[in-house]
Amino acid sequence: MSDKNDIVLDVKDLRGGYGAIQVLHGLDFHVGDGEVVVILGANGAGKTTTLRAISGMIARTGSITLRGEKIGTSKAPDIVRKGVAHVPQGRGTLPELSVEDNLLVGAYIRKDNEVQSDMEQWYDVYPVLRDRKDQRAGSLSGGEQQMLAVARALMSRPSLLLLDEPSLGLAPIIVAELFERFAMINKETGTTMLVVEQNAQLALGIADRGYVLESGTIFTEGPADQLINDDAIRKAYLGV
Amino acid sequence: MELFINRIFDGLSNGATYALLAMALVMIFKATTLINFAQGEFAMFGGFIVMVLVLEQGLPVWVGVILGMLLSAVLAAGIERTLIRPFDPSDHLPLVIITLGLFLAINAIAGIVWRFDPRAFPEMFPSGNAFTWGNASLSWYTVFTLVTIAVTAGLLTLLLNKTKTGLAFRAVSSNLESSELVGIKVGPTLQFGWAIAAAVGTLGVAVFVASPVRQLEPQVMVTGLIFAVSAAALGGLDSLGGAIVGGLAIGLVQSILVPYLGIPSELSLFAAVVVLMLVLLFKPAGLFGTAAVERV
Repeated sequence: MSDKNDIVLDVKDLRGGYGAIQVLHGLDFHVGDGEVVVILGANGAGKTTTLRAISGMIARTGSITLRGEKIGTSKAPDIVRKGVAHVPQGRGTLPELSVEDNLLVGAYIRKDNEVQSDMEQWYDVYPVLRDRKDQRAGSLSGGEQQMLAVARALMSRPSLLLLDEPSLGLAPIIVAELFERFAMINKETGTTMLVVEQNAQLALGIADRGYVLESGTIFTEGPADQLINDDAIRKAYLGV
Repeated sequence: MELFINRIFDGLSNGATYALLAMALVMIFKATTLINFAQGEFAMFGGFIVMVLVLEQGLPVWVGVILGMLLSAVLAAGIERTLIRPFDPSDHLPLVIITLGLFLAINAIAGIVWRFDPRAFPEMFPSGNAFTWGNASLSWYTVFTLVTIAVTAGLLTLLLNKTKTGLAFRAVSSNLESSELVGIKVGPTLQFGWAIAAAVGTLGVAVFVASPVRQLEPQVMVTGLIFAVSAAALGGLDSLGGAIVGGLAIGLVQSILVPYLGIPSELSLFAAVVVLMLVLLFKPAGLFGTAAVERV
């Protein structure tokens, strides 16, 4: 039984929250190179806060290393430049800007000349974005905005993609397609993904490993196929 | 009839200067959803810098104007960094109070340095008339103020739509958190917006007082700011094109509606605000503002 070669993200004793309200109470987890790791949990468990702590959007303590480099005290723009892309909850679309401008903004930190060809690539993966490329992004449907948000994040060619509840507010059939696409992206580009989800079944379907968060601590963890068959998880999160 | 035409031209040229100041307001509003109450005073101060450079240092007029714009941009950038950035951008109350404070402080400083009596300002455009029909005349001044707005608007649009900095600026105006998540440094981006706004405002004041019938004094923009805010709101606070239309409209209201409806000229500001209110009644986002249409 071998681990993945490199640990992309290593988190120890992560604590953080919003001022007086501390949400994370000492989390330990890691994500290996090329893995899809899922963080599950009910509302209020601290899933979104965990991602925001990694990408530097909130004050946090503890050790966070990205490929060995400490980012626990870095600011968000610097963390992005180190190769982390965060798709926030609710998509984070820039509504007044066109679809194409949203994608260009995703490539903001890049200084190479392959931005246009990358954009074409994402238009191939999500053709509906090409159809709507000059439209105001705020007028797209939820599913389309989610595709845009993911493509935007990937435009920066990150080594770690953080996805915050991509299924939120979307119709099941759209969500199923979305997750199929995530699995494909992971397989074809090897992008490491840390996905936070309430839809445990769907998320575990594409993941290698998972952690279950409860009130700011890790309740259980394990390989995805183990978690999906675990009775306690099924009862608590899959309603089965 | 010819008087009417003259009034239109007056309205357009006054309106052009309101439009320049309104564009400065819109730049800052787009980025921060904040109305910078000190915008007029930044512009007035910039105008005095231009006057000093040209009349006391002997620089050619347009060199002085460009340099004055640059210097006022640097000053505004400094003010943003020290007085605005330390504060949470989403909490508007402290920021509004600071801009009000700056309004008072800059006005007083200008008065201390340059005194409050009106001063002659160098002419920026050729004097005399471009065209005349009987008693109606179109002055070169009017022509050039309109050209100035058109060129400024064109350059600003290019800056915003075709450059990376412009993209960052539009991104920050649209969604601050997402902008941070793609690596945009919000502070310097906003600072850039303040600098551009100050430069445009300085150009606006310079053009305004370059008119043969006006002079530069520290009070020049105190009421001018209200016209500019009305113009910006009329056009839609986040639309540069709207600022131009709004500015020209307010200028025309001032020069046409006021005399023809028999409103005393002291109430022309009031008339402008009434027009603004009427427009907002039917189009709350202004004539060209973005009404928020979002699918969640």
